[in-house]
Amino acid sequence: MGRAKPSSKATDDWSGIIGPALGLGFAVFAFGLSFGVMCIDAGGSVPKAMAMSLFVFTGASQFSAVSVIAAGGSAISAVVGALILASRNAVYGVAVAPSLRGSLPYRLFASQFTIDETTGMTLAQDTPARSRRAYWVTAASIYVFWNLATFIGAVAGSNIDTEKYGLDVAFAAAFVGMLAPLVRSRRARRVAAAGAAVCIAATPFVPIGAGIIVAALVALVGLRPGTERAAPVSTGGPA
Amino acid sequence: MTWTLIIVLSLGAYALKAAGLVGVGVRDFPAPVRNVIALVPAAVLSALIVKDTFTNGHDLQIDARAVGVAVACLAVWRKVPLWLVIVLSCAATGTVRAIS
Repeated sequence: MGRAKPSSKATDDWSGIIGPALGLGFAVFAFGLSFGVMCIDAGGSVPKAMAMSLFVFTGASQFSAVSVIAAGGSAISAVVGALILASRNAVYGVAVAPSLRGSLPYRLFASQFTIDETTGMTLAQDTPARSRRAYWVTAASIYVFWNLATFIGAVAGSNIDTEKYGLDVAFAAAFVGMLAPLVRSRRARRVAAAGAAVCIAATPFVPIGAGIIVAALVALVGLRPGTERAAPVSTGGPA
Repeated sequence: MTWTLIIVLSLGAYALKAAGLVGVGVRDFPAPVRNVIALVPAAVLSALIVKDTFTNGHDLQIDARAVGVAVACLAVWRKVPLWLVIVLSCAATGTVRAIS
């Protein structure tokens, strides 16, 4: 090999991106498998699971919606909770926008991939060119692995007794993994604790799944002075 | 899980992504809004954890799921890779169910 003789700088540019992007792809694989399995368990089908991963494509929200439906919650609770969780993608969009300048169709297409992993990788680069490259390489890796895993999980899910293998805690375990890096600041820890407490307290009294939405209101303490950084949820699912 | 839910969720999720990248562009949201949005995942994810662990419909209950989630917490604390966190957590829950 080595006949092309790329300059060492060019090689560095790609190697520092492709490796981590593939790593993230493998990481989301387990989440995607869980998602596929649980989607079927919640009364979905293989086409529905695939539509979620292909079009919604933001893992934590997908998990959240399926989790609410699986618990017997209404579609409204499922959608509202999932979209509140997806609101951070709007902040990510602003963060990656300088790296993704271009025509309107280009930005509209790029928008579909504005999630935790792509944002994290894009912001980690030191030049605009590398940022743009990191965004697309990560987007391709996550999109392929996430959807492949969803498909395998959904197909397998039709033949699996999820309770027997404890798969019904897969989401909770995934959420624990996603939450850990977010609670480094004292304020975030308090918000997380309060969110859990509010959800438990509300559960007996509000429609199933609505406890999540009530808990989200705790985040309004962010209106008080003090700064938070929208740290990408590290999963994850295209979270 | 209806198709309506999936379509609404798809459109909503896309609209939020595009709102930042295409709509707001290189300007930014006001700081208080950013702060609230940054705190949302902490509140919602922890609520989802307790919901998936301790609730069954409107009822609160402690069962094999709590063991699995405790294992997940321990594994995350020990910096175990996330895919393995899920595997260990599910295995713990399944094991408790099998022996109880």
